Amino acid sequence: MKILVPLKRVADPDNANKVKVNAGKLVTTGLEWKPNPFDEYAVETALRLTENGTNPKARMGEVVVVTFGPKDCETTLRAMLGTGADRAIRVDTGDETIDGDVVARALKALVEKEKPDLVLCGKQAVDGDSGQVAQQLAEYLGWPQATFAGTIESEGDKALIVGREVDGGTIKLKVELPAVVSVDLRIVAPKSVKGVHTPATHAYPEGVRFAALMAIMAAKKKPLAEVKLADLTGDAALKIQYLDYEPPPARKAGVKVKDVAELVTRLKTEAKVV
Amino acid sequence: MSNILVVAEMSDGKVRKSTHSAITFAREATKAGGSFSILVIGAGAKAAAAEVTTFGAAKVLVCDDASLKDPVCERLAPTVAAVGQGFDIVSITASSFGKDLAPRVAAKLSAGYAPDISGVKVDGGKATYRRPVYAGNAYVNVQLTTAKGVVSVRQSEFSAAEPSGGASPIEDVAMTAHDAAASKVTFLGIEAAKSERPDLGEAKVIVAGGRALKEKFAEVLDPLANELGAAIGASRAACDAGYAPAELQVGQTGRVVAPALYVAIGISGAIQHLAGMKGSKTIVAINKDAEAPIFQVADYGLVQDLFGAVPALVSEIKKANA
Ligand SMILES: Cc1cc2nc3c(=O)[nH]c(=O)nc-3n(C[C@H](O)[C@H](O)[C@H](O)COP(=O)(O)OP(=O)(O)OC[C@H]3O[C@@H](n4cnc5c(N)ncnc54)[C@H](O)[C@@H]3O)c2cc1C
Repeated sequence: MKILVPLKRVADPDNANKVKVNAGKLVTTGLEWKPNPFDEYAVETALRLTENGTNPKARMGEVVVVTFGPKDCETTLRAMLGTGADRAIRVDTGDETIDGDVVARALKALVEKEKPDLVLCGKQAVDGDSGQVAQQLAEYLGWPQATFAGTIESEGDKALIVGREVDGGTIKLKVELPAVVSVDLRIVAPKSVKGVHTPATHAYPEGVRFAALMAIMAAKKKPLAEVKLADLTGDAALKIQYLDYEPPPARKAGVKVKDVAELVTRLKTEAKVV
Repeated sequence: MSNILVVAEMSDGKVRKSTHSAITFAREATKAGGSFSILVIGAGAKAAAAEVTTFGAAKVLVCDDASLKDPVCERLAPTVAAVGQGFDIVSITASSFGKDLAPRVAAKLSAGYAPDISGVKVDGGKATYRRPVYAGNAYVNVQLTTAKGVVSVRQSEFSAAEPSGGASPIEDVAMTAHDAAASKVTFLGIEAAKSERPDLGEAKVIVAGGRALKEKFAEVLDPLANELGAAIGASRAACDAGYAPAELQVGQTGRVVAPALYVAIGISGAIQHLAGMKGSKTIVAINKDAEAPIFQVADYGLVQDLFGAVPALVSEIKKANA
């Protein structure tokens, strides 16, 4: 199976407390770039689907990672090549701001060139929290979509059984390939992904894999192509414009209560919620 | 002046309460002019439509077809987009249902998409939407540059609309053919944990537990939830460890809630969790670590071992209510 995984780098969410708003502008100085965690989960999922689960060397397909941005985004791509992706593409956007819709349209052109069986996305990027690229790409391609996947099982490399985590529980869908799937957190649980080449008894470790030093060295030699955004879509007009930022509404400082009795009294008399 | 289509969310043959928040959005966005209509789409939409005729919509549009029984995007999106053609803005709740459907509809309409909005202002016919970014650590005001727009509405930030009387006319609309891709999708079913408790999005009180509860998750939380008539929520760590079902997860990537009272028990307060519950009116935290970040957002913090504190809390509330 050939899988394309779009990847975005984001300001480290575990430092996101430090995202500040100053005079309507977002201040991100001092924040480190990291791959969007959901996209890392998508890469991990792609690796699990294209290996046999017992022999890391026996790959049963190809994983191509793609990102949009300036030259220094290549660090993020190399990191993914280090964990096992086979090939990388950087879509050069120069210093231009882009939005999810442009990404989806450009990806459409890339998919038509690369002809993957599956596009695996993270369900949202943890900076903009938009969650739109997978669905829009599916529409532009005329492909089926399965969003918020918590489990994926491949059926003979021709279809996927996807467990979609929705508000009311888990929806099971069967989608024929080619398709676009976006992944949720639990896709990196030990038994969440079952590839057709993976023995039923196999369980992966929790989370995403780390790149070994040797693999990081080897990743330097893996192919990394550059494509210009304009070569994929002639229309880079933005459909959404970000104006000014605001800090979140402040919560007034709370109190520590000394015991359960005081807590209940305060909930009854002050907050009037009990 | 703008005309808005509110796409109702249906489940079990009923319009979900989440739709009422999207109606509140539509009322706010048409305050300065324009009107809104509601599209009820699904199997049994005709019967369900009666529930939304008293909210002041210009029309209630109904597309009732047995093939729309299951929430499969490739079947619903074509009709939503076709009906949406006649409006300036198509809105839907930012539930998992809306988040799946809205971007596909936006792409069909070549419309800009403003996801998960928490506010709207209309000035000179131009809408500005407010939305949280960076897990709620900042809000940004956005505008769409396209003639048409699609938005998903954060239920926790728009109060549920109350009926305003009157009776909107009901009009049938024809179903547009499913996407060709629909033939590649088979709906196999939905697995849901059975619960008598209120839905997280609608509950006035939520009792939420974290990893600290371990296998005693239900044993400790159930009596408190019973006493408070509360819904139960959980941190990601509690869901991942299997102490609680996944659909109870509250947070940036789980449900976003804003009840009158949120009791966080054995939850550390990672930003991804806070993103889902910071909008709660009153927050109580019970945690044995006085430095836990949850205390930074809690109105009332109790630094104690939860296994002693929660049962004590249950009996104290019983006493107080006796
Ligand atoms: C991309 C991404 C998305 C995420 N999305 C979400 C999300 O939507 N929702 C979410 O919740 N998390 C999310 N997380 C995970 C989040 O970062 C935290 O890991 C998680 O919220 C921690 O859960 P916890 O507080 O239950 O567990 P822990 O961090 O293990 O905290 C347990 C707490 O319990 C306290 N405790 C232990 N024993 C006792 C006791 N006996 N009595 C009282 N207190 C006790 C401890 O002091 C501690 O504060 C996400 C993470 C990532 C990377």
